[in-house]
Amino acid sequence: MSQVLLSAKGLRLAFGGVKAADGIDLDVRHGEFLAIIGPNGAGKTTFINMTTGYLRPQAGRIEFDGKPILGLSPRAIVRRGIGRSFQLPQLFSEHTVLENAALAIAARRGIWSPFTPLLRPRWRDEAMDLLDRFGLRAVAESRADALNEGARKLADIAMAVALEPSLLLMDEPTSGVAAAEKMVIVETLVRVLRSTGVTAVFVEHDMDVVARFADRVAVWSQGRIAALGPPGEVLADPKVRREVIGIAANA
Amino acid sequence: MKRESLLAALGALALVVCAWAVPWLKFVLTIALAKGIAVLGILLLLRAGQVSFGHSMFLALGAYTMAFLAPMEDEVLLLLPAAALIAAGFGLVIGLFLVRYRDIFFGMLNLAFAMVLYSLLEKLYAITKGTDGIRVAALSFAGTEPERGTQEWIVFGIALGLAILFGLLVRFYLASPMGRALAGIKTRETRLEFMGVPARRVLLFAYVLSALMGGVGGALVAMTTRHVTPQIAYWTASGELVFIAILGGAGSALGPFLGATAFELVRVYAAAAVADAWQMILGGVLLVVILFAPGGVWGLLSRRWRA
Ligand SMILES: Nc1ncnc2c1ncn2[C@@H]1O[C@H](COP(=O)(O)OP(=O)(O)OP(=O)(O)O)[C@@H](O)[C@H]1O
Ligand SMILES: [Mg+2]
Repeated sequence: MSQVLLSAKGLRLAFGGVKAADGIDLDVRHGEFLAIIGPNGAGKTTFINMTTGYLRPQAGRIEFDGKPILGLSPRAIVRRGIGRSFQLPQLFSEHTVLENAALAIAARRGIWSPFTPLLRPRWRDEAMDLLDRFGLRAVAESRADALNEGARKLADIAMAVALEPSLLLMDEPTSGVAAAEKMVIVETLVRVLRSTGVTAVFVEHDMDVVARFADRVAVWSQGRIAALGPPGEVLADPKVRREVIGIAANA
Repeated sequence: MKRESLLAALGALALVVCAWAVPWLKFVLTIALAKGIAVLGILLLLRAGQVSFGHSMFLALGAYTMAFLAPMEDEVLLLLPAAALIAAGFGLVIGLFLVRYRDIFFGMLNLAFAMVLYSLLEKLYAITKGTDGIRVAALSFAGTEPERGTQEWIVFGIALGLAILFGLLVRFYLASPMGRALAGIKTRETRLEFMGVPARRVLLFAYVLSALMGGVGGALVAMTTRHVTPQIAYWTASGELVFIAILGGAGSALGPFLGATAFELVRVYAAAAVADAWQMILGGVLLVVILFAPGGVWGLLSRRWRA
């Protein structure tokens, strides 16, 4: 069995009466693409929020690379190598796409220079290169808030990738994207991610995407993991089909 | 960018010509440059989406440093940096607390600090001479003590030189990673945190820089008026700085100087023409700017180029 990169044990978090995490145990292995599926409100985003330090579980442990990360700030967790993208893209809307990418590069390389320009030749090239890999070169000079949803999602993920994380958590990378665009986006994404060797966890509602790109699938249901395994097995399970996929397909 | 530099050079030249052709304007224009430097600090905070309604406290710190220290040490080349450092140091201390807050809380907490300082300056008569204020003792410039006319030119020249220096500094800073991250606080502060960038520290740097420029502006005002009173820290003085920032426009480091010059000239001429009604005129100007030229004077000029 391959090495475990992220290990969550017994995570619990309730909002009032709602159990968003009700005993989550999950090991993410080095180098794998793990898909998280499950109906709306199952606690998928909550899991990402707990792992990235945005929410603190009421019980449980999280280890990354063998070290506990619970209680660390989002900033500290990012620096240890966990990146994330967002269900709603979080871009600097008044900056250009290029500046967004360059800022993410600056965040890794050192932001504390008050007098050399952000778009210095080397960082500009590096940012352009990054955008190129995501197929965003054509919109590099557009303001981030002028992009369509698909490009916004990609730019959002590109910024996370710029930080060179060893684990990337993506919250619904294809939601809100037109069906025709979807596969193109996912293919771009998978190509870039495979080339970096990053371990990826992604929340996804589209079962075709899951079947095609995930190494393993975790099925979330009311704050618990109802099933976990290779997509071929999990997606064929009649119980999963009835309770999760049926609901997700209607959603 | 090139046009911006050209406009800056032309503007500087125009100021010198005006100061030379109309001698009494030299005083007004020096004050305008001094306030422009302070307003550059307001502009930095505006980039982060924050408005300080208390920035006159830093002018007061710079001006009172000048007035307090002048009897002991008359060298301007030492007094000016001292004023800048004291304002920046104070900015650092209260900034550590202020950068935890945003929007209306940030604005009002700045106002609160300024009001405390104003009251201290007014009430501690034994030290500050209260509302009478303090006369600034004779100054020397690089060891010389020129006669009055020359001295006015020197102060004007220092103000102009520092305006250019800080204008350039702000321009470089805003294009730097720190400056772009500062602007990111306005639109997506959480993203900064998720990139591992401490947003508060980014804002703190801008705040300290803005305090430093406020101190320099205040010291220049003291060198020009040769008399400082608590009025310089009063809340209306802070409001005036925000007014000038909006009037000039936050789009360029030139905006504060365009705004400050327009403001001081309107004030002088309006006060002469209609005596006590000049606030009404300024209010009217502000309304017109906000409604029809939200980019301020700078916005109007740059729009003309693009058209
Ligand atoms: N900060 C919060 N405060 C209160 N309730 C919350 C909070 N975050 C999540 N919840 C609740 O916890 C439950 C799980 O939410 P979560 O966002 O994790 O679901 P999800 O699986 O990501 O759903 P979706 O597919 O709609 O994105 C929901 O009932 C949600 O309303
Ligand atoms: Mg979600």
